[in-house]
Amino acid sequence: MSKKIAPVTQSDFIKAYRVMLTSRVLEEKLAGLYRAGMIKGGVFLGRGQEALSVSVGIQLRRGDIFAPLIRDQGGRLAFGDTVLDTLRTYLGSQLGSMRGRDGNIHRGRPRDGYYAMISHLGAMIPTVAGALLARRLKGEQGAVGATCIGDGGTSTGAFHEGLNAAAVDRLPLVVVVANNRYAYSTPNSRQYACTDLLDKAAGYGVGAHKADGTSLLDCLQTLRHAIHAAREGGGPQLVVADLLRLVGHGEHDDFAYLDPELKKSAFGSDCVLLAEKHIIDEGWHTADEVASWRRETEAEVNATADRVRREPSPDPSEDDWAALSRPEYREQYSAS
Amino acid sequence: MITYLEAIRLAQQKALATDPRVFLYGQDIGSFGGAFKATKNLAAEFPGRVLDSPLSEDAIVGMAIGAAIEGARPIVEMQFADFSTCGLNQIVNHAATLFYRTSVPCPIVVRLPSGGTSGGGPFHSQNLEAIYAHWPGLVVVTPATVEDAYTMLLEAVNIDDPVIFCEHKFLYYHLKADALPENALPIGKARIARAGRDATIVTHGAMLHESLAAAQELVEDGYEIEVVDLRSVKPLDTDTILASVARTGRLLCVSEEWPWGGVTAEVIARVSTEGFGLLDAAPMRVNAKDTPVPYHPDLWAAHRPTASTIAAAARRLLHI
Ligand SMILES: Cc1ncc(C[n+]2csc(CCOP(=O)(O)OP(=O)(O)O)c2C)c(N)n1
Ligand SMILES: [Mg+2]
Repeated sequence: MSKKIAPVTQSDFIKAYRVMLTSRVLEEKLAGLYRAGMIKGGVFLGRGQEALSVSVGIQLRRGDIFAPLIRDQGGRLAFGDTVLDTLRTYLGSQLGSMRGRDGNIHRGRPRDGYYAMISHLGAMIPTVAGALLARRLKGEQGAVGATCIGDGGTSTGAFHEGLNAAAVDRLPLVVVVANNRYAYSTPNSRQYACTDLLDKAAGYGVGAHKADGTSLLDCLQTLRHAIHAAREGGGPQLVVADLLRLVGHGEHDDFAYLDPELKKSAFGSDCVLLAEKHIIDEGWHTADEVASWRRETEAEVNATADRVRREPSPDPSEDDWAALSRPEYREQYSAS
Repeated sequence: MITYLEAIRLAQQKALATDPRVFLYGQDIGSFGGAFKATKNLAAEFPGRVLDSPLSEDAIVGMAIGAAIEGARPIVEMQFADFSTCGLNQIVNHAATLFYRTSVPCPIVVRLPSGGTSGGGPFHSQNLEAIYAHWPGLVVVTPATVEDAYTMLLEAVNIDDPVIFCEHKFLYYHLKADALPENALPIGKARIARAGRDATIVTHGAMLHESLAAAQELVEDGYEIEVVDLRSVKPLDTDTILASVARTGRLLCVSEEWPWGGVTAEVIARVSTEGFGLLDAAPMRVNAKDTPVPYHPDLWAAHRPTASTIAAAARRLLHI
C-alpha cells in the first residue's frame, strides 16, 4: 500500500453515528407510516445494519460509485441521499427522484454515482464493475465503486459472475456482504456450505476483509482499509460483516423464524446502542447530549414527513408513459 | 371458503400425497411456507420433500431439470415471476429443448407468482406468459379462478412437458370458492366465462375479472358481451375463440401483459388469418402500457387495463 491509512478519529466516529441515528429514526418513521397504511407496497428496513452501511457510504468520496441494496438506508444517507427524498420515494411524491415510477429501496440518482438497484439480487455487482471499467477506459483514475449484498445474494449467478469478471480486470470494486444470518427466512445453513463467506474471496482472487457488523469502529476501520486497497490498485475487495437483522425481512414479516440463540449471540447486539455507549463511555458526549440528538432528528424527520404528505402524487394523465429516451420513439409511445 | 392461494397449496399437498415422485424446491418454501404461504405446513407434512433452496434461480430450475430426467416430478417456486428471468436460461434453453433434442421429456412445473398488485412496482408485478410461450417446448397456463388454480396445477404435475404455471397474485386472496372440483376442463381448452352475442372478449388471468365487470357494465347499454377465459395461453384454444367470434362478429383481446408480441397479438393474428370472414369490425386490444410497471398506486391503476378502460374499448368496438 502506497499511502498510509488514517486511523478513525473521534470526529469520524461521531459523524458516522449521527448518520446511523438519522437512519434509525427515519426507518422508525417509515415503519410507523407503513402501519398507518400510508405506504403502498413493502417497507424493508436495515435496523441493526446501520454501522456497516454507514461505514461504506461515508468513506466513499465524490466521484465514487455506490450501489446500495435493501438494508442500506444508513449508507444512502451517508453518500448524500436525504431524508426528504427517502420520504418522497416511500410516500410516492411526484417530487421525489423516482417520480412515483419506482419506490422505496429502488431509488437512486445514477448521474451522481448513486445507482438505483433493481430487485434482482446480485445484479448491481457486474453493473458497478462495468461502471469502473468505463472510468478506466475514459482514462479516469482513483474512483472506487462499492456495492452491498446479503448472505442470500451471494448465491446468485450475478454475484459469482460479477465478482469474477471484476477480479479478472482488477477493477476497484468493493463488495460488502452483510451476513445477517438470514435471507428472508432461509438460514445460513441452507444458503452456503463454506465455513465463512469470506472464504469465497480466495476463490475469486480478491482481497478479503472481515468486520464486526455490530461495531461502528470496526466497520469504519475495515471499510477504510478495503476502500483504500481498491483505490490503490489492489483490485476487488470482498468485505464480510457478521451481524443480525434486528427486524423482519419486511415490515409485513413477524420474524417468527429467528433463532433465539442468535438473538442472544454477539451478532444480536444493536450497533446503534453500542456506538452510543462508546461515545458516552469515552466521555465524548453525555447521555443527555446524545438523547437531544435523537430528539432533533425525530423533529426533522416528522416535519419532513408532514411536508411530503402534502405534496402532489404523480398524475397518470400527465405522464408520457414512455420507457425509451429518444424523442421520436417517445412519440410512438404516446400514440399507442 | 377456499382462496385461490389456498387452492394452490391444496393442489401441491395432493400432488405430494398421491405421487411419490413429486417434490417441491424453492426459496423459503420449507418451514416458512413460502413468501405467500403457498406451501404452508407442507414441509412438516412431507418431511424431506419440501426443500429450501439457496437464492439461486438458475440452480433451482437446473436442479429441477436434472431431477425430472431421473424420473422425479419437481414443482419449483419462483418467489416472484419477475425473478424467474434469473433462471431463464435453464427454462428456455434446457427444459424447453430437452424432449426435442433427446426424446426424454422434462416434467417440471415452474410456479410463477405473477402480475400486478398495488405498490408492487417494476420488479414484483410482471406477467411473463408471452415470453415463455414464445419458446417452443413449454406449456404456459394462466388460471383465473380458484377451481382452475387447483385442477390445472394438479394436471400440470402430470404433464410430461415443462409447465410454466402463471398464478396471479392479485387473485390470491380476492377469489374464493366453496369447494374444489374433482374434474375440470383440460389444459389447452378455453372456457366461455360469460355467454353473449354482441362482441367477444378474449382474456386470461386477473383480466378475466376486469373483463367480466366490463361486460356487466355494458349490459346497461343493452349489450351482451361474450367473455372467453383462455386458461392456458399455450396451447391456445383457437377453436373456442373462433367459434365465439363466429357468434359475435367482434373481437376485443384484453391482457395485463405488455402489448408487444403478447397473447393479444397472437390471438388477433390467429383470428385475422383463420377467421377473417367472421369479423364485422377490425379486432381491438387492451394491454398494459408499454412501460415498466409503475410503483405508485395511481400510476399502476392507469397502467393496467381495468373494467372501465375495457368497457370503453368495447363501446368503440361496438360502434364501428
Ligand atoms: C434474484 C432474486 N431472487 C429472489 C428475490 C426475492 N428476495 C428479495 S430479498 C430476499 C432475501 C435476501 O436475502 P439476503 O441476500 O441475505 O439479504 P437480506 O434481506 O438478508 O438483507 C429474497 C429471496 C430477489 N430479490 N432477487
Ligand atoms: Mg441476509
